[in-house]
Amino acid sequence: MEAKEIFKKLQDQFGEAVQELNDEVMQPYIKIAPDKTNEIAQFLRDEEDLQFDYLMCLSGLDLGENLGVVYHLYSMKLKHKIVLKTEVSKEKPDVHTVANIWRTADWHEREAYDLLGINFVNHPDLRRILLPDDWEGHPLRKDYKPQKSWHGIPVTLDSEEEENDAVEQ
Amino acid sequence: MTQWNNNFPDSRFELEVPDPLKTDEYVLNMGPQHPSTHGVLRVVLKTDGEIVESATPYIGYLHRTFEKHAEHMTWPQVVPYVDRMDYLASMNNALGYALAVEKLAGIEVNERAQYLRVIVAELNRIASHLVFFGTFGLDLGAFTPFLYGFREREMILDLFEEISGGRLLYNYIWIGGVAWDAPDGWLEKVIKFCDYFEPKIKEYNDLLTFNKIFIDRTAGIGVIPEDLAINYGLSGPTLRGSGVNFDLRKNDPYGIYDRFNFNVCVGDGTRGVVGDSWNRYWVRILEMVESTKIVRQAVEQIPDGDAKETVPKNVRVPAGEIYFRTETPRGELGYYIVSDGGKNPVRVKVRAPAFSNLSVLPAVAPGTMVADLVAILGSLDIVLGEIDR
Repeated sequence: MEAKEIFKKLQDQFGEAVQELNDEVMQPYIKIAPDKTNEIAQFLRDEEDLQFDYLMCLSGLDLGENLGVVYHLYSMKLKHKIVLKTEVSKEKPDVHTVANIWRTADWHEREAYDLLGINFVNHPDLRRILLPDDWEGHPLRKDYKPQKSWHGIPVTLDSEEEENDAVEQ
Repeated sequence: MTQWNNNFPDSRFELEVPDPLKTDEYVLNMGPQHPSTHGVLRVVLKTDGEIVESATPYIGYLHRTFEKHAEHMTWPQVVPYVDRMDYLASMNNALGYALAVEKLAGIEVNERAQYLRVIVAELNRIASHLVFFGTFGLDLGAFTPFLYGFREREMILDLFEEISGGRLLYNYIWIGGVAWDAPDGWLEKVIKFCDYFEPKIKEYNDLLTFNKIFIDRTAGIGVIPEDLAINYGLSGPTLRGSGVNFDLRKNDPYGIYDRFNFNVCVGDGTRGVVGDSWNRYWVRILEMVESTKIVRQAVEQIPDGDAKETVPKNVRVPAGEIYFRTETPRGELGYYIVSDGGKNPVRVKVRAPAFSNLSVLPAVAPGTMVADLVAILGSLDIVLGEIDR
């Protein structure tokens, strides 16, 4: 099924929650509302002529002012693909989870939470996955400043840089 | 509950036994330093005697923030970093990244370079499956297969050393081509290796595949049904072991893979049931044969030319984004790359196959024995460098 038809079908079902379609890029994407991701995902997976049963990838990214989540979907049975995108503000980064639709999203969402601080509403077990539980901040944000030390282990080389600066002056 | 004091001569020793007897589940920490976890993985097991009630993997011990590093590198500088993700199949990692950037930037690649890429990628697949063959046997207490597997892998590493200079991390596949053309006589050596390697498969089968003890340890253990496998995003031999005929080289062809004849190997339940540990193992053994076939065809068809011809001096990537997936020995390796037209990527997200493959463990572990969990973990063929990135 082509991106246009999928977009049409989603719009008929969800109305304004399905915001726009961009099919001029290499891989067409559909933009959706962050608080409707769960319902839309359910629809995409269960509808007879869509059957997106395979979540290839779920990525979080920092768009500057906002945070984004990108879903790459594939249908094993019908062999078609679609990309979904959603955007949330950094102040209130709430996206509804899809971990109950595709179980593989569980860890991917934890990763996006860990590295970008995106809050997945209704996620069954939202905690850090790659970094230690008591780490500060979310490293993949563009404005991330690492902490000085972690449990007495130096993390940054700031002190060295300061020393170098002092020597140069 | 039997009463303690029935035949006991002295009632002073009568004991109060609470009814029912209180038992507690036992929490067992498997790893982070454990030979069967293939790296540094910690699995917290809740056990009831020998039976696992739940298994929770804790990952991140090898986390090196590759994705953050990539944002500060120029496009070609990322290649050595991706080599270090799945360090058992560096060629396949670099191939995926190079193809993704080339597609995004619209770079055509020299024919000879494309064939060289396929040859090294498939040889690396064999080498990776040989490590799996060896360590899987080792996990289950069979030491000899490990030596056999590494004997042949050594020859592949020698070939890689000759073509790239490296034995484990190669930095060989570059954006737009390869780092060096093959040295004189290298292709003949590859064919010689294929001739030597093919009969060895029978040896592996005699030694391990159809060994009764091995079959008893793996057949019917850790069965992953088809729908569960797809829902958990499994890929590669782990998915095909569950009977799903899906291989990106065939189903979503990339590079020049559509020019070769090979079969997609699927778990067929020759022993055990489809989707168990034995069938996942079996898929990998069969795949080694198919990879040799591809290597032979590629060497036969390879044209003359300058393999470095199309390597650009400055890689310019227009603004845009792409999700590109390739089939590595462990499954679907996807790169989600965003470019703003600058000299370094804005975002490189890696969808590591072993990441999704491992996430199925909590779903299949409950109800198995602790020793069987080692077999399941081994059959998933994880590489922690890729999971933690």
